[in-house]
Amino acid sequence: MAFLDRTARGLLMGELLSGMALTFGYIFRRKVTINYPYEKGPLSPRFKGEHALRRYPNGEERCIACKLCEAVCPAQAITIEAEPREDGSRRTTRYDIDMTKCIYCGLCEEACPVDAIVEGPNFEFATETREELLYNKDKLLANGDRWEPEIARRLELDAPYR
Amino acid sequence: MIPASLVTFLGAFFATPAGILVLTVLKALAILAPLLTAVAYLTYAERKVLAAIQLRRGPNVVGPFGLLQPFADAIKMLLKETIIPAGANRVLFLLAPMLTFALAMLAWAVVPVADGWAIADINVGVLYLFAISSLGVYGIVIAGWASNSKYAFLGALRSAAQMVSYEVSMGFVLVSVLLCAGSLNLTEIVRAQQHVWFCFPLFPMFVVFFISTLAETNRAPFDIPEGESEIVAGFFVEYSSMAFGLFFLGEYANMILMSTMTSIMFLGGWYGPFGLLPQLGPFWLIVKICALLFVFIWVRGTFPRYRYDQLMRLGWKVFLPASLLWLVLTAGTLLAFGWLPRA
Repeated sequence: MAFLDRTARGLLMGELLSGMALTFGYIFRRKVTINYPYEKGPLSPRFKGEHALRRYPNGEERCIACKLCEAVCPAQAITIEAEPREDGSRRTTRYDIDMTKCIYCGLCEEACPVDAIVEGPNFEFATETREELLYNKDKLLANGDRWEPEIARRLELDAPYR
Repeated sequence: MIPASLVTFLGAFFATPAGILVLTVLKALAILAPLLTAVAYLTYAERKVLAAIQLRRGPNVVGPFGLLQPFADAIKMLLKETIIPAGANRVLFLLAPMLTFALAMLAWAVVPVADGWAIADINVGVLYLFAISSLGVYGIVIAGWASNSKYAFLGALRSAAQMVSYEVSMGFVLVSVLLCAGSLNLTEIVRAQQHVWFCFPLFPMFVVFFISTLAETNRAPFDIPEGESEIVAGFFVEYSSMAFGLFFLGEYANMILMSTMTSIMFLGGWYGPFGLLPQLGPFWLIVKICALLFVFIWVRGTFPRYRYDQLMRLGWKVFLPASLLWLVLTAGTLLAFGWLPRA
Protein backbone atom coordinates (compact mmCIF):
# COMPACT_ATOMS: atom_id res chain seq x y z
CA MET A 1 0.00 0.00 0.00
CA ALA A 2 2.75 2.38 0.94
CA PHE A 3 4.28 1.82 -2.49
CA LEU A 4 0.99 2.52 -4.25
CA ASP A 5 0.42 5.60 -2.13
CA ARG A 6 3.88 6.93 -2.85
CA THR A 7 3.61 6.21 -6.57
CA ALA A 8 0.19 7.83 -6.87
CA ARG A 9 1.41 10.93 -5.08
CA GLY A 10 4.46 11.02 -7.33
CA LEU A 11 2.40 10.73 -10.48
CA LEU A 12 -0.01 13.46 -9.39
CA MET A 13 3.02 15.72 -8.79
CA GLY A 14 1.37 17.31 -5.76
CA GLU A 15 4.65 18.36 -4.22
CA LEU A 16 5.95 19.80 -7.46
CA LEU A 17 2.77 21.80 -7.96
CA SER A 18 2.69 23.14 -4.42
CA GLY A 19 6.31 24.19 -4.88
CA MET A 20 5.40 26.03 -8.04
CA ALA A 21 2.44 27.67 -6.31
CA LEU A 22 4.82 28.94 -3.65
CA THR A 23 7.22 30.52 -6.14
CA PHE A 24 4.30 31.97 -8.07
CA GLY A 25 3.12 33.68 -4.91
CA TYR A 26 6.54 35.20 -4.45
CA ILE A 27 6.28 37.02 -7.78
CA PHE A 28 3.76 39.42 -6.28
CA ARG A 29 5.58 40.12 -3.03
CA ARG A 30 7.38 43.34 -2.35
CA LYS A 31 10.87 43.40 -3.82
CA VAL A 32 13.71 43.59 -1.33
CA THR A 33 16.24 45.04 -3.77
CA ILE A 34 17.69 48.41 -2.80
CA ASN A 35 18.50 50.40 -5.90
CA TYR A 36 21.93 51.06 -4.44
CA PRO A 37 23.51 54.27 -5.62
CA TYR A 38 20.09 55.95 -5.49
CA GLU A 39 18.65 54.20 -2.43
CA LYS A 40 20.66 53.20 0.61
CA GLY A 41 19.98 50.89 3.47
CA PRO A 42 20.02 52.10 7.09
CA LEU A 43 23.39 52.23 8.90
CA SER A 44 23.90 51.52 12.57
CA PRO A 45 25.38 54.39 14.65
CA ARG A 46 28.17 51.92 15.40
CA PHE A 47 28.95 51.30 11.74
CA LYS A 48 32.71 51.23 11.29
CA GLY A 49 33.57 52.96 8.06
CA GLU A 50 36.23 55.40 6.92
CA HIS A 51 38.40 56.93 9.64
CA ALA A 52 38.34 60.57 10.61
CA LEU A 53 40.31 62.76 13.05
CA ARG A 54 38.00 65.10 14.96
CA ARG A 55 38.54 68.62 16.27
CA TYR A 56 37.18 70.53 19.24
CA PRO A 57 34.53 73.12 18.46
CA ASN A 58 37.19 75.84 18.66
CA GLY A 59 39.10 74.22 15.82
CA GLU A 60 41.85 72.66 17.94
CA GLU A 61 42.61 69.09 16.95
CA ARG A 62 41.71 66.54 19.59
CA CYS A 63 44.55 64.10 19.10
CA ILE A 64 47.16 64.36 21.86
CA ALA A 65 49.59 61.85 20.34
CA CYS A 66 49.21 59.31 23.14
CA LYS A 67 49.73 56.57 20.55
CA LEU A 68 47.22 54.24 22.20
CA CYS A 69 45.57 53.65 18.85
CA GLU A 70 48.89 52.84 17.27
CA ALA A 71 49.61 50.41 20.08
CA VAL A 72 46.23 48.70 19.98
CA CYS A 73 45.91 48.45 16.22
CA PRO A 74 46.01 44.70 15.47
CA ALA A 75 46.85 45.28 11.84
CA GLN A 76 49.55 47.83 12.66
CA ALA A 77 48.00 50.17 10.15
CA ILE A 78 48.58 53.35 12.19
CA THR A 79 51.89 55.22 12.28
CA ILE A 80 52.28 58.23 14.58
CA GLU A 81 55.18 60.60 15.15
CA ALA A 82 54.92 63.38 17.69
CA GLU A 83 56.84 66.32 19.17
CA PRO A 84 55.90 69.38 21.24
CA ARG A 85 54.36 72.27 19.35
CA GLU A 86 55.60 75.90 19.83
CA ASP A 87 52.99 76.48 22.55
CA GLY A 88 54.32 73.44 24.42
CA SER A 89 51.35 71.12 23.82
CA ARG A 90 51.98 67.65 22.53
CA ARG A 91 50.67 67.09 19.00
CA THR A 92 51.29 64.63 16.20
CA THR A 93 53.56 65.64 13.36
CA ARG A 94 52.54 62.59 11.47
CA TYR A 95 49.36 60.49 11.69
CA ASP A 96 49.12 57.90 8.91
CA ILE A 97 46.60 55.12 8.46
CA ASP A 98 47.23 52.54 5.80
CA MET A 99 43.64 51.81 4.76
CA THR A 100 44.79 48.75 2.83
CA LYS A 101 45.98 47.24 6.12
CA CYS A 102 43.08 48.37 8.29
CA ILE A 103 40.61 45.63 9.23
CA TYR A 104 37.95 48.06 10.50
CA CYS A 105 37.86 46.50 13.97
CA GLY A 106 37.27 49.84 15.66
CA LEU A 107 39.85 49.27 18.42
CA CYS A 108 41.53 52.62 17.66
CA GLU A 109 38.23 54.33 18.33
CA GLU A 110 37.81 52.38 21.59
CA ALA A 111 41.34 53.14 22.72
CA CYS A 112 41.22 56.89 22.10
CA PRO A 113 40.91 58.82 25.41
CA VAL A 114 39.80 62.05 23.70
CA ASP A 115 37.48 60.67 20.97
CA ALA A 116 39.88 61.99 18.33
CA ILE A 117 40.11 59.05 15.96
CA VAL A 118 36.70 57.65 14.99
CA GLU A 119 35.37 55.40 12.29
CA GLY A 120 32.70 57.36 10.47
CA PRO A 121 29.66 56.35 8.47
CA ASN A 122 31.36 56.64 5.08
CA PHE A 123 32.04 53.37 3.27
CA GLU A 124 32.19 54.75 -0.27
CA PHE A 125 35.85 55.72 -0.43
CA ALA A 126 37.07 53.35 -3.14
CA THR A 127 40.00 54.71 -5.10
CA GLU A 128 41.65 53.94 -8.39
CA THR A 129 45.16 53.64 -7.01
CA ARG A 130 46.58 51.96 -3.95
CA GLU A 131 48.50 55.11 -2.96
CA GLU A 132 45.29 57.03 -2.45
CA LEU A 133 44.42 54.63 0.36
CA LEU A 134 47.51 55.55 2.37
CA TYR A 135 45.87 58.29 4.44
CA ASN A 136 47.91 61.02 6.13
CA LYS A 137 46.99 63.45 8.84
CA ASP A 138 45.65 66.09 6.44
CA LYS A 139 43.32 63.61 4.80
CA LEU A 140 42.06 62.32 8.15
CA LEU A 141 41.46 65.83 9.50
CA ALA A 142 39.65 66.74 6.29
CA ASN A 143 37.46 63.67 6.75
CA GLY A 144 36.75 64.82 10.28
CA ASP A 145 35.68 68.26 9.08
CA ARG A 146 33.53 66.75 6.36
CA TRP A 147 31.72 64.19 8.51
CA GLU A 148 31.66 65.98 11.90
CA PRO A 149 27.87 66.62 12.02
CA GLU A 150 27.15 62.99 11.19
CA ILE A 151 29.84 61.68 13.57
CA ALA A 152 28.56 63.84 16.44
CA ARG A 153 25.02 62.58 15.88
CA ARG A 154 26.18 58.95 15.84
CA LEU A 155 28.21 59.39 19.05
CA GLU A 156 25.21 60.92 20.73
CA LEU A 157 22.93 58.07 19.60
CA ASP A 158 25.40 55.46 20.79
CA ALA A 159 26.31 57.23 24.07
CA PRO A 160 23.64 55.49 26.24
CA TYR A 161 25.14 52.12 25.39
CA ARG A 162 28.77 52.95 26.11
CA MET B 1 -3.83 51.76 -51.91
CA ILE B 2 -1.45 49.70 -54.03
CA PRO B 3 -1.95 50.43 -57.75
CA ALA B 4 -3.35 47.55 -59.81
CA SER B 5 -0.38 47.58 -62.22
CA LEU B 6 1.99 47.00 -59.31
CA VAL B 7 -0.10 44.07 -58.11
CA THR B 8 -0.03 42.42 -61.54
CA PHE B 9 3.70 43.10 -61.87
CA LEU B 10 4.44 41.58 -58.48
CA GLY B 11 2.18 38.63 -59.24
CA ALA B 12 4.09 37.94 -62.45
CA PHE B 13 7.47 38.52 -60.77
CA PHE B 14 6.81 36.14 -57.91
CA ALA B 15 5.99 33.38 -60.43
CA THR B 16 9.47 33.55 -61.97
CA PRO B 17 12.30 31.48 -60.41
CA ALA B 18 14.02 34.64 -59.15
CA GLY B 19 10.73 35.87 -57.75
CA ILE B 20 10.15 32.62 -55.90
CA LEU B 21 13.61 32.93 -54.39
CA VAL B 22 12.95 36.51 -53.29
CA LEU B 23 9.58 35.50 -51.88
CA THR B 24 11.13 32.63 -49.92
CA VAL B 25 13.77 34.90 -48.47
CA LEU B 26 11.07 37.41 -47.50
CA LYS B 27 9.03 34.64 -45.86
CA ALA B 28 12.08 33.44 -43.97
CA LEU B 29 12.76 36.99 -42.80
CA ALA B 30 9.13 37.35 -41.76
CA ILE B 31 9.65 34.41 -39.41
CA LEU B 32 13.25 35.06 -38.34
CA ALA B 33 13.05 38.76 -37.52
CA PRO B 34 10.21 38.35 -34.99
CA LEU B 35 11.82 35.15 -33.75
CA LEU B 36 15.16 36.77 -32.98
CA THR B 37 13.40 39.69 -31.31
CA ALA B 38 11.42 37.17 -29.29
CA VAL B 39 14.64 35.39 -28.33
CA ALA B 40 16.15 38.69 -27.20
CA TYR B 41 13.13 39.51 -25.08
CA LEU B 42 12.88 35.98 -23.76
CA THR B 43 16.25 36.48 -22.09
CA TYR B 44 14.88 39.70 -20.62
CA ALA B 45 11.66 38.00 -19.53
CA GLU B 46 13.61 35.19 -17.95
CA ARG B 47 15.74 37.57 -15.94
CA LYS B 48 12.70 39.58 -14.86
CA VAL B 49 10.60 36.58 -13.86
CA LEU B 50 13.45 34.88 -12.02
CA ALA B 51 14.16 38.15 -10.27
CA ALA B 52 10.52 38.49 -9.27
CA ILE B 53 10.47 34.97 -7.87
CA GLN B 54 13.62 35.75 -5.88
CA LEU B 55 12.23 39.10 -4.68
CA ARG B 56 14.71 41.02 -6.82
CA ARG B 57 14.05 43.66 -9.44
CA GLY B 58 15.94 42.28 -12.41
CA PRO B 59 17.41 44.45 -15.18
CA ASN B 60 16.02 47.97 -14.78
CA VAL B 61 18.82 50.31 -15.78
CA VAL B 62 19.12 50.19 -19.58
CA GLY B 63 16.07 51.95 -21.00
CA PRO B 64 12.65 52.15 -19.35
CA PHE B 65 12.17 49.08 -17.10
CA GLY B 66 15.46 47.80 -18.53
CA LEU B 67 13.73 47.06 -21.82
CA LEU B 68 16.88 47.80 -23.84
CA GLN B 69 18.94 45.32 -21.82
CA PRO B 70 18.86 42.59 -24.53
CA PHE B 71 20.39 45.03 -27.01
CA ALA B 72 23.06 46.09 -24.56
CA ASP B 73 23.87 42.42 -24.05
CA ALA B 74 23.99 41.79 -27.79
CA ILE B 75 26.32 44.72 -28.39
CA LYS B 76 28.56 43.64 -25.54
CA MET B 77 28.71 40.13 -26.93
CA LEU B 78 29.54 41.29 -30.45
CA LEU B 79 32.33 43.54 -29.22
CA LYS B 80 34.08 40.87 -27.18
CA GLU B 81 37.02 38.90 -28.46
CA THR B 82 36.43 35.34 -29.67
CA ILE B 83 38.98 33.26 -27.83
CA ILE B 84 39.89 29.90 -29.35
CA PRO B 85 41.68 27.64 -26.87
CA ALA B 86 45.13 26.47 -27.97
CA GLY B 87 44.18 22.79 -27.86
CA ALA B 88 40.86 23.20 -29.63
CA ASN B 89 39.97 21.91 -33.04
CA ARG B 90 39.48 25.29 -34.70
CA VAL B 91 37.13 24.26 -37.49
CA LEU B 92 34.78 22.22 -35.34
CA PHE B 93 35.05 24.69 -32.49
CA LEU B 94 33.65 27.45 -34.68
CA LEU B 95 31.28 25.18 -36.57
CA ALA B 96 29.45 23.95 -33.45
CA PRO B 97 27.76 27.22 -32.41
CA MET B 98 26.81 27.94 -36.02
CA LEU B 99 25.29 24.47 -36.27
CA THR B 100 23.30 24.89 -33.06
CA PHE B 101 22.01 28.28 -34.13
CA ALA B 102 21.24 27.27 -37.70
CA LEU B 103 19.34 24.18 -36.60
CA ALA B 104 17.30 26.19 -34.12
CA MET B 105 16.31 28.52 -36.97
CA LEU B 106 15.84 25.79 -39.57
CA ALA B 107 13.05 24.03 -37.69
CA TRP B 108 10.81 27.07 -38.06
CA ALA B 109 10.32 26.40 -41.79
CA VAL B 110 7.44 24.01 -41.13
CA VAL B 111 5.75 25.76 -38.21
CA PRO B 112 2.24 26.89 -39.14
CA VAL B 113 1.66 30.24 -37.47
CA ALA B 114 -1.96 30.32 -38.63
CA ASP B 115 -4.06 28.28 -41.02
CA GLY B 116 -1.90 28.04 -44.16
CA TRP B 117 0.80 30.34 -42.79
CA ALA B 118 3.75 28.00 -43.00
CA ILE B 119 6.82 28.53 -45.16
CA ALA B 120 6.89 24.85 -46.08
CA ASP B 121 3.59 23.08 -45.49
CA ILE B 122 5.10 19.63 -45.94
CA ASN B 123 3.25 16.42 -45.13
CA VAL B 124 6.02 15.09 -42.87
CA GLY B 125 6.25 18.23 -40.75
CA VAL B 126 6.43 16.39 -37.44
CA LEU B 127 9.16 14.13 -38.71
CA TYR B 128 11.10 17.14 -39.98
CA LEU B 129 10.76 18.97 -36.66
CA PHE B 130 11.80 15.89 -34.76
CA ALA B 131 14.77 15.27 -37.04
CA ILE B 132 15.99 18.84 -36.75
CA SER B 133 15.64 18.96 -32.99
CA SER B 134 17.49 15.64 -32.75
CA LEU B 135 20.30 17.04 -34.85
CA GLY B 136 20.63 19.80 -32.26
CA VAL B 137 22.60 17.43 -30.06
CA TYR B 138 25.39 17.46 -32.65
CA GLY B 139 26.09 21.12 -32.04
CA ILE B 140 26.52 20.39 -28.36
CA VAL B 141 28.60 17.23 -28.77
CA ILE B 142 30.87 18.86 -31.34
CA ALA B 143 31.28 21.91 -29.12
CA GLY B 144 32.17 19.77 -26.14
CA TRP B 145 34.62 17.66 -28.04
CA ALA B 146 36.26 20.43 -30.04
CA SER B 147 36.86 22.55 -26.92
CA ASN B 148 39.38 19.97 -25.69
CA SER B 149 38.45 20.70 -22.09
CA LYS B 150 37.26 18.22 -19.50
CA TYR B 151 34.31 20.25 -18.31
CA ALA B 152 33.11 20.84 -21.84
CA PHE B 153 33.55 17.18 -22.63
CA LEU B 154 31.61 16.08 -19.55
CA GLY B 155 28.85 18.52 -20.42
CA ALA B 156 28.68 17.21 -23.96
CA LEU B 157 28.52 13.60 -22.77
CA ARG B 158 25.74 14.37 -20.34
CA SER B 159 23.87 16.37 -22.92
CA ALA B 160 24.12 13.65 -25.55
CA ALA B 161 22.84 10.98 -23.16
CA GLN B 162 20.07 13.22 -21.86
CA MET B 163 18.76 14.46 -25.17
CA VAL B 164 18.78 11.02 -26.73
CA SER B 165 16.97 9.51 -23.72
CA TYR B 166 14.17 12.03 -23.71
CA GLU B 167 13.71 11.95 -27.46
CA VAL B 168 12.58 8.34 -27.18
CA SER B 169 9.64 9.09 -24.93
CA MET B 170 8.91 12.30 -26.83
CA GLY B 171 8.69 10.17 -29.95
CA PHE B 172 6.09 7.92 -28.37
CA VAL B 173 4.09 10.89 -27.14
CA LEU B 174 4.12 12.32 -30.64
CA VAL B 175 2.96 9.01 -32.07
CA SER B 176 -0.12 9.08 -29.85
CA VAL B 177 -0.82 12.62 -31.05
CA LEU B 178 -0.38 11.48 -34.64
CA LEU B 179 -2.80 8.62 -34.07
CA CYS B 180 -5.43 11.10 -32.94
CA ALA B 181 -4.73 13.58 -35.73
CA GLY B 182 -4.20 11.07 -38.52
CA SER B 183 -1.55 13.17 -40.20
CA LEU B 184 2.11 14.17 -39.95
CA ASN B 185 1.32 17.56 -41.39
CA LEU B 186 1.42 20.19 -38.66
CA THR B 187 -1.43 22.19 -40.20
CA GLU B 188 -3.59 19.06 -40.27
CA ILE B 189 -2.68 18.28 -36.66
CA VAL B 190 -3.89 21.69 -35.56
CA ARG B 191 -7.06 21.38 -37.68
CA ALA B 192 -7.81 18.07 -35.94
CA GLN B 193 -7.92 20.02 -32.66
CA GLN B 194 -10.54 22.49 -33.81
CA HIS B 195 -13.08 21.14 -31.30
CA VAL B 196 -11.02 19.38 -28.63
CA TRP B 197 -7.43 20.26 -27.92
CA PHE B 198 -5.30 17.17 -27.54
CA CYS B 199 -4.10 18.27 -24.11
CA PHE B 200 -7.46 17.16 -22.65
CA PRO B 201 -7.79 13.57 -23.89
CA LEU B 202 -4.02 13.08 -23.80
CA PHE B 203 -3.37 15.04 -20.60
CA PRO B 204 -0.72 12.71 -19.12
CA MET B 205 1.10 12.75 -22.43
CA PHE B 206 0.92 16.52 -22.47
CA VAL B 207 2.67 16.61 -19.10
CA VAL B 208 5.24 14.01 -20.19
CA PHE B 209 5.87 15.95 -23.39
CA PHE B 210 6.29 19.24 -21.60
CA ILE B 211 8.73 17.80 -19.07
CA SER B 212 10.62 16.11 -21.90
CA THR B 213 10.92 19.45 -23.70
CA LEU B 214 12.53 20.84 -20.56
CA ALA B 215 15.09 18.05 -20.76
CA GLU B 216 15.42 18.40 -24.51
CA THR B 217 16.28 22.10 -24.29
CA ASN B 218 18.65 21.51 -21.34
CA ARG B 219 16.56 23.71 -19.12
CA ALA B 220 16.35 23.58 -15.34
CA PRO B 221 15.73 21.24 -13.56
CA PHE B 222 17.41 19.17 -16.28
CA ASP B 223 20.25 21.58 -16.95
CA ILE B 224 23.00 19.18 -15.93
CA PRO B 225 24.81 19.57 -19.30
CA GLU B 226 25.60 23.13 -18.29
CA GLY B 227 25.26 22.79 -14.49
CA GLU B 228 27.15 25.90 -13.37
CA SER B 229 27.90 24.64 -9.89
CA GLU B 230 29.61 21.42 -10.95
CA ILE B 231 30.98 21.70 -14.48
CA VAL B 232 31.10 25.51 -14.76
CA ALA B 233 29.06 25.98 -17.93
CA GLY B 234 29.20 22.51 -19.44
CA PHE B 235 29.74 22.20 -23.14
CA PHE B 236 30.28 25.91 -23.76
CA VAL B 237 32.80 26.74 -21.02
CA GLU B 238 35.46 27.60 -23.56
CA TYR B 239 33.26 29.81 -25.70
CA SER B 240 33.28 33.57 -25.58
CA SER B 241 31.89 36.47 -27.53
CA MET B 242 29.45 35.78 -30.36
CA ALA B 243 30.34 32.09 -30.52
CA PHE B 244 28.85 31.86 -27.05
CA GLY B 245 26.12 34.21 -28.18
CA LEU B 246 25.08 31.81 -30.92
CA PHE B 247 24.73 29.00 -28.38
CA PHE B 248 22.71 31.27 -26.20
CA LEU B 249 20.45 32.33 -29.06
CA GLY B 250 20.13 28.72 -30.16
CA GLU B 251 19.13 27.58 -26.69
CA TYR B 252 16.46 30.22 -26.33
CA ALA B 253 15.23 29.75 -29.90
CA ASN B 254 14.92 26.05 -29.07
CA MET B 255 12.87 26.92 -26.02
CA ILE B 256 10.50 28.94 -28.19
CA LEU B 257 10.45 26.16 -30.77
CA MET B 258 9.60 23.52 -28.20
CA SER B 259 6.86 25.72 -26.75
CA THR B 260 5.50 26.18 -30.25
CA MET B 261 5.63 22.44 -30.82
CA THR B 262 3.73 21.84 -27.59
CA SER B 263 1.17 24.49 -28.55
CA ILE B 264 0.68 22.92 -31.96
CA MET B 265 0.55 19.31 -30.80
CA PHE B 266 -1.52 19.76 -27.65
CA LEU B 267 -2.93 23.25 -27.26
CA GLY B 268 -4.72 23.63 -30.57
CA GLY B 269 -2.21 25.92 -32.32
CA TRP B 270 -4.00 28.99 -33.65
CA TYR B 271 -7.46 28.07 -32.30
CA GLY B 272 -8.74 30.07 -29.38
CA PRO B 273 -10.30 28.32 -26.39
CA PHE B 274 -13.89 27.15 -27.16
CA GLY B 275 -13.49 28.46 -30.72
CA LEU B 276 -13.31 32.03 -29.40
CA LEU B 277 -12.30 34.82 -31.79
CA PRO B 278 -11.01 32.69 -34.70
CA GLN B 279 -9.91 35.86 -36.54
CA LEU B 280 -7.13 36.38 -33.98
CA GLY B 281 -5.32 33.29 -35.36
CA PRO B 282 -1.58 33.80 -34.84
CA PHE B 283 -2.28 35.82 -31.71
CA TRP B 284 -3.68 32.76 -29.96
CA LEU B 285 -0.58 30.78 -30.90
CA ILE B 286 1.65 33.52 -29.54
CA VAL B 287 -0.33 33.66 -26.30
CA LYS B 288 0.06 29.91 -25.86
CA ILE B 289 3.78 30.05 -26.63
CA CYS B 290 4.26 32.86 -24.13
CA ALA B 291 2.33 30.96 -21.45
CA LEU B 292 4.49 27.87 -21.98
CA LEU B 293 7.67 29.95 -21.95
CA PHE B 294 6.57 31.47 -18.69
CA VAL B 295 6.17 27.97 -17.28
CA PHE B 296 9.69 27.14 -18.54
CA ILE B 297 11.07 30.06 -16.55
CA TRP B 298 8.80 29.44 -13.59
CA VAL B 299 10.00 25.84 -13.37
CA ARG B 300 13.57 27.08 -13.47
CA GLY B 301 12.82 29.43 -10.61
CA THR B 302 11.28 26.64 -8.55
CA PHE B 303 13.15 23.37 -8.80
CA PRO B 304 16.72 22.42 -7.98
CA ARG B 305 18.78 20.56 -10.55
CA TYR B 306 18.12 16.85 -10.98
CA ARG B 307 20.91 14.46 -10.24
CA TYR B 308 22.18 12.62 -13.28
CA ASP B 309 20.94 9.14 -12.32
CA GLN B 310 17.55 10.59 -11.34
CA LEU B 311 17.29 12.19 -14.74
CA MET B 312 18.06 8.92 -16.49
CA ARG B 313 15.65 7.04 -14.23
CA LEU B 314 12.85 9.49 -15.00
CA GLY B 315 13.47 9.27 -18.73
CA TRP B 316 13.85 5.53 -19.10
CA LYS B 317 11.92 4.05 -16.19
CA VAL B 318 9.00 6.45 -15.91
CA PHE B 319 8.40 8.40 -19.09
CA LEU B 320 9.20 5.66 -21.58
CA PRO B 321 6.88 2.99 -20.09
CA ALA B 322 4.20 5.61 -19.36
CA SER B 323 4.21 6.98 -22.89
CA LEU B 324 4.32 3.49 -24.36
CA LEU B 325 1.36 2.44 -22.21
CA TRP B 326 -0.60 5.52 -23.12
CA LEU B 327 0.19 4.97 -26.79
CA VAL B 328 -1.26 1.46 -26.65
CA LEU B 329 -4.23 2.80 -24.70
CA THR B 330 -4.83 5.57 -27.24
CA ALA B 331 -4.55 3.21 -30.17
CA GLY B 332 -6.86 0.70 -28.49
CA THR B 333 -9.47 3.31 -27.63
CA LEU B 334 -9.44 4.81 -31.10
CA LEU B 335 -9.79 1.38 -32.67
CA ALA B 336 -12.42 0.09 -30.26
CA PHE B 337 -14.73 3.09 -30.71
CA GLY B 338 -14.00 3.47 -34.41
CA TRP B 339 -12.63 7.00 -33.85
CA LEU B 340 -9.56 6.51 -36.02
CA PRO B 341 -9.23 9.57 -38.24
CA ARG B 342 -9.52 8.78 -41.93
CA ALA B 343 -6.71 10.41 -43.86
